[in-house]
Amino acid sequence: MAGFQFTGTPIAPGELRVALADPACGGYAAFEGWVRDSNEGQRVRGLEYEAFEALGVREGERIIAEAIARFGVAHAACVHRIGALAVGELAVWVGVSAAHRDEAFRACRYIIDEVKHRLPIWKKEHYLNGDSGWVNCERCAAGPARAAAEDATPGQHVHEHA
Amino acid sequence: MSTAGGNGAAVGAGGTAPLFGLVLAGGRSTRMRTDKAALLYGRRRQLERAMALIALHVKRAYVSVRADQSTDPLRARFPQILDTRENLGPIAGLLAAQARHPEAAWLVLACDLPLLDELTLAHLVRSRAPERVATAYRSSHDGLPEPLCAIWEPRSAAPLAAYVASGRQCPRRFLLGADTSLIDEPNPGALDNINTPEEYRSAMTALVPEATTDPRHITVQYYALLREQAGRRDEALVTHARTAAELYAELAGRYPFSLPPEVLRVAINTEFREWTAPLTDGDAVVFIPPVAGG
Repeated sequence: MAGFQFTGTPIAPGELRVALADPACGGYAAFEGWVRDSNEGQRVRGLEYEAFEALGVREGERIIAEAIARFGVAHAACVHRIGALAVGELAVWVGVSAAHRDEAFRACRYIIDEVKHRLPIWKKEHYLNGDSGWVNCERCAAGPARAAAEDATPGQHVHEHA
Repeated sequence: MSTAGGNGAAVGAGGTAPLFGLVLAGGRSTRMRTDKAALLYGRRRQLERAMALIALHVKRAYVSVRADQSTDPLRARFPQILDTRENLGPIAGLLAAQARHPEAAWLVLACDLPLLDELTLAHLVRSRAPERVATAYRSSHDGLPEPLCAIWEPRSAAPLAAYVASGRQCPRRFLLGADTSLIDEPNPGALDNINTPEEYRSAMTALVPEATTDPRHITVQYYALLREQAGRRDEALVTHARTAAELYAELAGRYPFSLPPEVLRVAINTEFREWTAPLTDGDAVVFIPPVAGG
């Protein structure tokens, strides 16, 4: 498989990796995003992903095409889970194969960064204390002062919607 | 708000009745000499405009017609409630609606109010006093209740039937003698009705900017926090909003959205668009809360 897709079932990286194999490629890089047991000081029990799938697939395919064009890699793919996930589960997988390792690493990094910022997908965290919240949304509603403070943390705040 | 008189109607406990809409299109348009419901403003006929406007505020909307009008092509396009009494004027339509759905409160709208705007209707619905007999505008001309842009609660049915049984049929006088909550018009003049060809031409002139922006049929899908706050995944609506920004402002008046538009993006027909992009009839709109992939 190459390209972008959502899945409601567990991601199997071993199978996905096979689809990127190519005799012309000497390097393969992958990234796996896992569900962590804490976020911003809260203990996380599990989470839910909800996506606007029709637009998400289009945007995901665009990100992959950009990575291939920009870094000259041979193949790239990304799979994002939707639905309910437990701590430790694989939430997102990115794989890239290329002639050499450097462009494989860089394309892989590009794809996961863009996916986090551009894909219309939302994460609701369920906390051990019984609370839950939509990541990046609750703080937007809290007011401009709080939002401005969050902007000081690179990579954590995704308001720019570039 | 004030009460004009009082008929001793009990203030009941319990929930607020669901709001249904009734556009009165059973008039004979004698002075106009042509069917007022069919008068054109822009590319829409008055009945179409009234039904589109009322649909934004009610669970179900009906057009009230006389039995001999039910097959008229314009009126046949909408759910109808047929008058069961003759020569009672507008009260006949309300009586028939209350008989059909006694559980509902009725937002009643005359079909000869071309200047009626979204703000005036929204203000009426927001100001609704469900514990009273009715909520109505106080006329900016004579201070009397405007019965044909008003909300009639279920509790108005019994006293209204008694009023008609006693040989009277003026809804304005009924409201004057009933426990009516009267409110002031946010846009004086919005309830001016038209009865003559001269008044029609004058209303056309006043409406030129609005008449060129017909209401649009739009579908909206909600995701994540917006889905929870709207209490639904999607809806089809009719709106005068010209852009996605105006549409969000309209919806934020209806749902307890906590996200300001600055932190949202907009997609129209599965593509990211600007907030100022014009809406077209049939568009599918998605407001995109701050994302959190990975």
